[in-house]
Amino acid sequence: MLLAEGRISRLGGEIAAPEEATIIDCGGAVVAPGFIDVHVHLREPGREDVETIKSGARAAAAGGFTAVCAMPNTDPVTDNQAAVGFIIRQASRAGGARVYPIGAVSVGQKGETLAEFGEMVSAGAVAMSDDGHPVASAHLMRAALEYARAFGIPVIDHCEEPTLSKGGSMNEGLVSARLGLKGIPSEAEEIMVIRDILLARRTGGHVHLAHMSTRGSVELIRWGKERGINVTAEVCPHHLTLTDTAVEGYFTNAKMNPPLRSAADVQALREAVADGTIDMIVSDHAPHHYDEKEREFADAPNGIVGLETALGVLLTELVEPGLLDLPALVELMACAPARVFKLPGGVLTEKAPADVTVFDPEREWTVDPSKFLSKGRNTPFAGKVLRGRAICTVVGGEVVHRLDS
Amino acid sequence: MTSALGKDLLALEPLSSGQIRLILDTAEPFKEISERAIKKVPALRGQTIVNLFFEASTRTRISFEFAEKRLSADTVNVAASGSSVSKGETLVDTARNLEAMRIDMVVIRHSASGAAQFLAERIESNVINAGDGTHEHPTQGLLDLLTLRDHFGTLAGKRVCICGDVLHSRVARSNIWGLKKMGVEVAVCGPRSLLPNAISEFGVTVFNRIEEAIEWADALNILRLQLERMTAGYIPSLREYNRVFGVTRERMDRAQRDILILHPGPMNRGVEIDSDVADGDNSVILEQVTNGVAIRMAVLYLLAGGRPELAEAAKHGGER
Repeated sequence: MLLAEGRISRLGGEIAAPEEATIIDCGGAVVAPGFIDVHVHLREPGREDVETIKSGARAAAAGGFTAVCAMPNTDPVTDNQAAVGFIIRQASRAGGARVYPIGAVSVGQKGETLAEFGEMVSAGAVAMSDDGHPVASAHLMRAALEYARAFGIPVIDHCEEPTLSKGGSMNEGLVSARLGLKGIPSEAEEIMVIRDILLARRTGGHVHLAHMSTRGSVELIRWGKERGINVTAEVCPHHLTLTDTAVEGYFTNAKMNPPLRSAADVQALREAVADGTIDMIVSDHAPHHYDEKEREFADAPNGIVGLETALGVLLTELVEPGLLDLPALVELMACAPARVFKLPGGVLTEKAPADVTVFDPEREWTVDPSKFLSKGRNTPFAGKVLRGRAICTVVGGEVVHRLDS
Repeated sequence: MTSALGKDLLALEPLSSGQIRLILDTAEPFKEISERAIKKVPALRGQTIVNLFFEASTRTRISFEFAEKRLSADTVNVAASGSSVSKGETLVDTARNLEAMRIDMVVIRHSASGAAQFLAERIESNVINAGDGTHEHPTQGLLDLLTLRDHFGTLAGKRVCICGDVLHSRVARSNIWGLKKMGVEVAVCGPRSLLPNAISEFGVTVFNRIEEAIEWADALNILRLQLERMTAGYIPSLREYNRVFGVTRERMDRAQRDILILHPGPMNRGVEIDSDVADGDNSVILEQVTNGVAIRMAVLYLLAGGRPELAEAAKHGGER
């Protein structure tokens, strides 16, 4: 493969390298279209002590991602064109993965009035979401789906019925009952999943369902897709690999929203990525300062970092045991996100952007959060031995990450 | 020295039946100390204990304090209001500061489930859980077991029903684990909206109606109904609660046999329990309070490395 002027210039067969070319030997590794993570929290502006666009973009590159979409629950909220422009400008200087902003659905993510979708899209926003908060009002969600149609962008919903989940800090089940922690029932997610699917049917808008965590959600998405409703969905590596038993001992690095669920849910989600019901895998990378997690479970913040572990976890837990083959993994991590979010990349063809991920599926490594490029250290996978790692990440023809160099 | 209980007492769920029996047996000789004119033995002389109460408590705090003082420990009480906690200090900082003062034990009461374990993992001192959120209240569970054993002689095969707001009750969880480990048949009874959805997975019988529980049980442990459960939408009214789930004189009169009545306190008379029942012949509610001091003395003594066979000797001022 020959990359030149930011694009893939030649592909396949014998290619005579120009004299000035840098040659990267990818022997034994997999060369894939650059991975795209459409769900990350980069914390800038507002919490630059926890993550910046620069540290997040570099962590993404280290994890094999050539592009990420930044959620708008920053401080101030990314709910206007100036805020979107700020992220684009910071990202252009970050020197890692590309960063595409996602704008807020509602002003201040308060769930009251629609934010200015049109202006934000003009400034570079690729989707709208109140992620971190559900769009509680069905009326507002309906209006958002209708209004977004003019701009051809998805509305991403964090599905959570707030009166059911109120005060909850983990999955509702035997573990929560034993630990004395208020549970969040699966239905808190599923009620909003079916609401959003029905509203997408009514409006013709495109709803994208964030971080799906339950078997019921999978069944409802399948129901919607069978009827041709414009619904897409994503799932996180932790929901594909861990259950609520990881919370035992009040382990705050296993606390996220939606919470880790049951083994039956994990099984259903694995089937859903294998059969295409769920379109893509995202990290929901959510860095927190270490002392924010060092506290009583119910008071600890939700979320874990994931950019630098996602690929290794998926290769180890899904590909290695044969639940997913490599083409399917590349579809879930690169092709589908590019197609669904209408982003450049996601393909390896001549003239396509030179966004390439090279990974070694055999490479063994131990997760050591102190070595993360992300400022966040909050991961339930610390100390885990993983098999498979990105060894080279190329964005627009530039090498932005190289393991062992 | 590692005690027979390990470093801490955080919950009954992880304890073995042998460990529970050890605590109950160790409490026996300590009961007598509280009956003396001079209620003090030197078993914990020189030990420093902090009673760290982040949540209001009267009887549990006083019970621990008496247990500590009767064993001659030096004690300090810290209440959340008026301390650095109310100034926003985190639990981990509070813990580190206490540790820096070279204390031996911490008794902690906290509104967050897991708070006692959190503290125990971060300090070297022994930690005793005096109630963490809706998780466990192990010394309450133990004193309930001791009270039941006093009356039944043996626990195995007896039937105990825990009545009321199991969902929000740390007393219920400690009772369920403690009773089951000692071979007691356990049931719960209460409005379904106040039972955990997963309750059947605890290995207990569930009664929908209090009449069925009374028909079945040898003892009822009646939980306090927090008055705020009504405003939070779990039950319609306290009046209806009493009429449908209350342990009333009329219901008890229909029982075929004597049923022991326990309540961890403080009681809402006329809500979960009628005064006639609370003050009746089968009520052991005040014995629970008396046993509470002995149980806490036993736990303090064992965690401090006291040898169970020497508890009798310790009573007379001997070595630990």
